[in-house]
Amino acid sequence: MPVLAQVDLRLDAGPLDYTLLAVYFVFVLGIGFLARRSVSSSLDFLLSGRSLPAWVTGLAFISANLGAIELLGMAANGAQYGMATVHYYWIGAIPAMVFLGLVMMPFYYGSKVRSVPEFLRRRFGKGAHLVNAISFAVAQVLIAGVNLYALAFLLNLMLGWPIPLSVVIAAAIVLTYTALGGLSAAIYNEVLQFFVIVAALLPLTIVGLHRVGGWDGLVEKVTGGPGGAEQLSAWPATELTGIQNPVLSVIGIVFGLGFVLSFGYWTTNFAEVQRALSAKSMSAARRTPIIGAYPKMLIPFVIIIPGIIAALVVPEMVALKAGEESGVVYNNALPALIGELLPNGMLGIAITGLLASFMAGVAANVSSFNTVFTYDLWQDYVRKDRPDEYYLRVGRLATIGGTVVAIGTAFLAAGYGNIMDYIQALFSFFNAPLFATFILAMFWKRMSAAAGWAGLVAGTLGAVAVFVLAEVGVLDLPGQGASFVGAGVAFAVDIVVSVVVTVFTRPVPEERLVGLVYSLTPKEDRKHSTTGDDAGWYRSPVLLGVGVLVLTAVLNIIFG
Amino acid sequence: MAHKAGLFDLRLVIAVLFAIYGVVLLVVGLGFTDEADLAKADGLNINLWSGVGMLALSAVFAAWAVLRPVVVPEAQDAGAAESSGS
Repeated sequence: MPVLAQVDLRLDAGPLDYTLLAVYFVFVLGIGFLARRSVSSSLDFLLSGRSLPAWVTGLAFISANLGAIELLGMAANGAQYGMATVHYYWIGAIPAMVFLGLVMMPFYYGSKVRSVPEFLRRRFGKGAHLVNAISFAVAQVLIAGVNLYALAFLLNLMLGWPIPLSVVIAAAIVLTYTALGGLSAAIYNEVLQFFVIVAALLPLTIVGLHRVGGWDGLVEKVTGGPGGAEQLSAWPATELTGIQNPVLSVIGIVFGLGFVLSFGYWTTNFAEVQRALSAKSMSAARRTPIIGAYPKMLIPFVIIIPGIIAALVVPEMVALKAGEESGVVYNNALPALIGELLPNGMLGIAITGLLASFMAGVAANVSSFNTVFTYDLWQDYVRKDRPDEYYLRVGRLATIGGTVVAIGTAFLAAGYGNIMDYIQALFSFFNAPLFATFILAMFWKRMSAAAGWAGLVAGTLGAVAVFVLAEVGVLDLPGQGASFVGAGVAFAVDIVVSVVVTVFTRPVPEERLVGLVYSLTPKEDRKHSTTGDDAGWYRSPVLLGVGVLVLTAVLNIIFG
Repeated sequence: MAHKAGLFDLRLVIAVLFAIYGVVLLVVGLGFTDEADLAKADGLNINLWSGVGMLALSAVFAAWAVLRPVVVPEAQDAGAAESSGS
């Protein structure tokens, strides 16, 4: 990200705004101290003792993802491409979240695994487990570093704080509450953060809409602007995909973004799945991603619409959109609009909301990293069979170690051009082949142990190959294109290699696969209780899941 | 007999945070908003209205926490007597 237009984006934050920010930090740290009292075992620390209600885990599920990329990136996409950006939510998240809750969660939660890699260990043994545990742990600390850097960069832009200082302060706060209270502190803060973000963005959207003359004014101004009327409709999104043919563009969105990328991310990323595993019952675990899907469906209205408005009312953004040299980039859309419209007071809330989102993103990375490191790497390969207090201590130390590495990564990320491309590249390396392996693992009992690791390794290499070819210019894929294709290649290679290797190797004995594979798991084990806290038709995962899919389809028709 | 987990209910934490934010914004909106602030937000007293909204959110969470307190089952109490959180 080039350092441009510092003066333009400097916010006029006063003592009142800093006070509101300080109040939030007191609450964040307070939650860490309070949550510490409920930590008496490694499972309490790393998995909240599997005790949280579904509304908490559900909101944490989407909050964990509501970090730097999401807020700044999606507002930027809104400013640049308009309403087509909603696909990242309606096609690129909701179906996968419902699928996770209804189809995959019975195996994740029902098998009582403590992490996504642990599922692979039980299903395939060590090969696939080690590949996944290491790649996940590495990816999480790298992404934590990228999130830290994005936070520091924004603080520098808005408030003028030096980047190294912001990196260290933010890391210290996250470290304090995650090392004290573990996953519970991270999750509780994610829920708090969710409401603070909404409290920041909803008033911003309202003032913005008022400024452009309501929804009608927005429609009129966008239609008359450089983007034209097509930026008001979600489909066929030819600008977003870079595919000129409308039919191919729709196919690209549905399969590329909706299927390969989104299912890979939402259903196998442990930073997400961990939130559901910490729920208190099978029913609550299945409802976690589905409850999260409802706000996920609505939140683009307070992220993308401010982005669109920024390109209409902030002079520098208007100039950028008209193709002129203006000294800002699209990633500045959200902070620029905040500076343009919000007076002191709400300005403080908005700054708090942005900071909260960045820190929660880092906390999600760190709190999933320490679990995989402790249970999947240290306990399985380095020091087995120690008393639980030992692993609790390892978990705390891993939290500290992970944060320190993330600080290093933050300075590394400072050298990279586009944060979004960097993270997308990581996702396509590690996540896309995972979904292929998990679907085969859960529904094809014949799949062998060797196929487990071979498919993952081949798929990851496929994604890396596409990335390298695009970097050296053999493949001409601008922006997000390389990630989309890389993910698709990884998925296809994983399936083919897994099937071929399975044919030539011995299957895993069936008695070891009970609870892990669909056809070998008794129906009762896949069902959840419907009594006590899980009673009532409104707590039915299927009903809730179908409900959010129907509502999303309706939104697609209205804004199509 | 089950007892209530009083001190650390996340719903109360949310209620208290937004009560503080709501009151501060309400006071700023009512007493300390000048013409420049109003002009910036296109004539809306956004601090005032956001404050009202946050107080409403706070009230909803407080009411929920009071009406449906978290109940810790007795069975879990034995092992978690001193650490009963959530």
